[in-house]
Amino acid sequence: MLVTFDGMAAFAAVDPVPWARAQMAFTLMFHIILVPLGVSWAFMTLIANYRAVKHDDRDALLLAQRWSKYMAVTFAVGAVTGTVLSFEFGLLWPRFMGQWGAAFGVPFAFEGLFFFTEAIFVSIYIFGWRRLKPWAHFWTGVPIVLAGILGSVSVVAANAWMNAPSGFTLNAQGAVTAVDPVKVIFNDAMPLQAAHMVVAGYLVGGFLVASVYATGMLRGRVDRYHRLGFVIAFSVAAVATPIQMGVGDSLARWVYTNQPVKFAAIELVPVTGSDVPETLLGRLNDNGTVSGGIPIPGLASWLSDPSTGRSTVVQGLNTVPADAEPTVQQVDVVHLGWDAMVGLGTLLFLLSAWYGLSWIIRRRMPASRWFLRAAAASGVLAVITMEAGWIVTEVGRQPWIVYNIMKVQDAVTVNTGVWISFGAVVLLYLAVGVITILVLRGMSRRFRRAGGFVEHDAPYAPSAPPEETAPEPQEAVR
Amino acid sequence: MSAAVAVVLLLAVVTYSVFGGADFGAGFWDLTAGGADRGARPRAVIEGSIGPVWEANHVWLIFIFVILWTSFPEAYASITLTLFVPLMIAALGIVLRGVSFAFRKAVVRTRNRRVFGAAFALSSVLVPYCMGAIAGGIASGRVPPGGRAGDPVESWINPTSVVGGVLAVAAAAYLAAVYLVWDARGLHETDMAEYFRRRAVASAVVVVVIATVGAFVLHADARYLFDGLTSRALVVAILSGVCGAGALLLLVRGAARGARALAVVAVVAAIVAWGVAQWPYVLPEGLTFSAAAAPAGTLTAVLVVVALAAVVVLPGFVLLYVLDQRGLLPEEGVDDIADLLSEDALKQRSR
Repeated sequence: MLVTFDGMAAFAAVDPVPWARAQMAFTLMFHIILVPLGVSWAFMTLIANYRAVKHDDRDALLLAQRWSKYMAVTFAVGAVTGTVLSFEFGLLWPRFMGQWGAAFGVPFAFEGLFFFTEAIFVSIYIFGWRRLKPWAHFWTGVPIVLAGILGSVSVVAANAWMNAPSGFTLNAQGAVTAVDPVKVIFNDAMPLQAAHMVVAGYLVGGFLVASVYATGMLRGRVDRYHRLGFVIAFSVAAVATPIQMGVGDSLARWVYTNQPVKFAAIELVPVTGSDVPETLLGRLNDNGTVSGGIPIPGLASWLSDPSTGRSTVVQGLNTVPADAEPTVQQVDVVHLGWDAMVGLGTLLFLLSAWYGLSWIIRRRMPASRWFLRAAAASGVLAVITMEAGWIVTEVGRQPWIVYNIMKVQDAVTVNTGVWISFGAVVLLYLAVGVITILVLRGMSRRFRRAGGFVEHDAPYAPSAPPEETAPEPQEAVR
Repeated sequence: MSAAVAVVLLLAVVTYSVFGGADFGAGFWDLTAGGADRGARPRAVIEGSIGPVWEANHVWLIFIFVILWTSFPEAYASITLTLFVPLMIAALGIVLRGVSFAFRKAVVRTRNRRVFGAAFALSSVLVPYCMGAIAGGIASGRVPPGGRAGDPVESWINPTSVVGGVLAVAAAAYLAAVYLVWDARGLHETDMAEYFRRRAVASAVVVVVIATVGAFVLHADARYLFDGLTSRALVVAILSGVCGAGALLLLVRGAARGARALAVVAVVAAIVAWGVAQWPYVLPEGLTFSAAAAPAGTLTAVLVVVALAAVVVLPGFVLLYVLDQRGLLPEEGVDDIADLLSEDALKQRSR
């Protein structure tokens, strides 16, 4: 019996570092899918809401009402997965929180404020469809948009602080003795990283919502309602995409200057030098050489600083002291993540350009079925793009949890049972994912069943309320 | 300034206990409502009362964590290192609760409903038990200072933790029962109001018994806390007892409204008594709030956020709560999978 117990204890005692990283990565990558919806869906809803009230547009009204209800569901799921994250900061990284909580934690206090505001106004906005005057109701949606942006800026400020720690004073023992909250929040990495995430929220949210309506149109539901839903969401994404390329470019140059090791991993640069090629795909070998991939001569140097062109020197992985070096595996993950983000981002940009040109030249969205097919895929592709970018920033910081100050292995919990909690978290989150999709699909089917009549109705035609959950639309558009 | 933040922390714990506690307690009555047929009606009342504010109460828990890790990071590190197991169980329990609550409504077949219902009810008991056990571990001085790990097992499986856990479950059940009497009356279900009134009285008696036993356990196992409760926190502890007794009296007489107010005051006073008794320690006899406190800049930022919250968030929250209490909030989402999996889906499957 005792032997068995010891055996089990030994079995259960597994190095917590990889499991803690895996659990944190998994829960964050799950949560981040809900973030764009929380950040940008309210904005799209308000566009529809504005159109509905201003132009007495029944389709737009229906869209706004339905979107606000989907939004409430994704918001609730985001709240639950966010609660788990707040447990995990301490449970997985107690020594990090103990040492740096006074500085790193500050942005979260503000995030809590914005999250609370968002939660309250989401409820009031949904409630208000029945009880508030149209314009008053419209304005109760505006705080959701602002709180969504400010909330994600706060969280990203905390992450940016890990990349560019500032705003604190240490004593001889390495303990934090003074904190300047303003410098913590507005750290050097924060403006670009926050902009990159907020724009990503609009980009991914727009493509996600648009892809649902593109799929609907491919299935033959080509009515004004679906077109309007598509145009609002896709236009938001199409505006966000070129902006994102500019912001991303600036951020990459910030990384080039401030986190040369991350940049070397991104560009797969083993040895410092000029005229560095941009390697597409490919991988790093254990001996420090690069194999495979398609090198584009000099491009990485040129992009890093166009003013000095191909003679720009890019620091290589060989400059890192052995104890602070990312592993070969980590470098490969960062590089592939980068390729995926830039590659898919470029595809999404081309799709946006197609859409934009069609509007400029023909004054309508592209009619091609191939465009709709690509748009239907754009939601998933945009999520993958965002996840790839998140991987670049997180894995690219390894082995540091606080850049150049504290390593991940010094931050992790001493509890050896993390692999068990990792397994449980994965199982539970899969259930959460399934439920969320079932709930959203169920709502969509119910809406369609209840509002089916309206789809064949002439727009603007007065008729009976289209569904029981959206009563008296005529009144609401007064 | 660390004292001001400590007061805010205590307020957050109180708020989470009152709002979150009632939520969990409703799950307890769900668990004990009996078989599928017999328990159908009480379960309907329970679902109605927790549906609309689905999991929103966890915001208070997040708030507690944020205050701890920003303002008292050393204590936070010690707590999460030592009490890893019950905290992780609580986190998973919170997800499981949300998941199973949504799923239960989705499935039509009684057998599956039972599985998800049981998961919902069990996690509703598990989470407050863990929270109470964690409080017991901290209050009895089993979490060492200095961001070190204490005993990973004994820190939450010990006499004070058991009392804390059981008391948390019982108090949550009591609060929920008192609220449910009110809810059932609102629904004009007089027999259900009577059903929950009897349970409120019974759970009140149980809470009194546990609290009495707990006093002896604290005397032996958590002496600092016991001494605090019988000296500087005595007035608050007595207030808790008097309000509890008053609520019990009103419940027996069937005055639900007054009973609800008194029951809330009793629970609030009990938690405040704990805080006062533990003062000035965040980890009793190991680490004081002032020693654990973050630098002044951080504490100022936290207090600024609290002030902003009081101005911006509180009015909105009160409005929401009033709307919820009047049953004016729509419940979106949970009904819809039920819809999906019922008529259409079943028809398609049978084809």
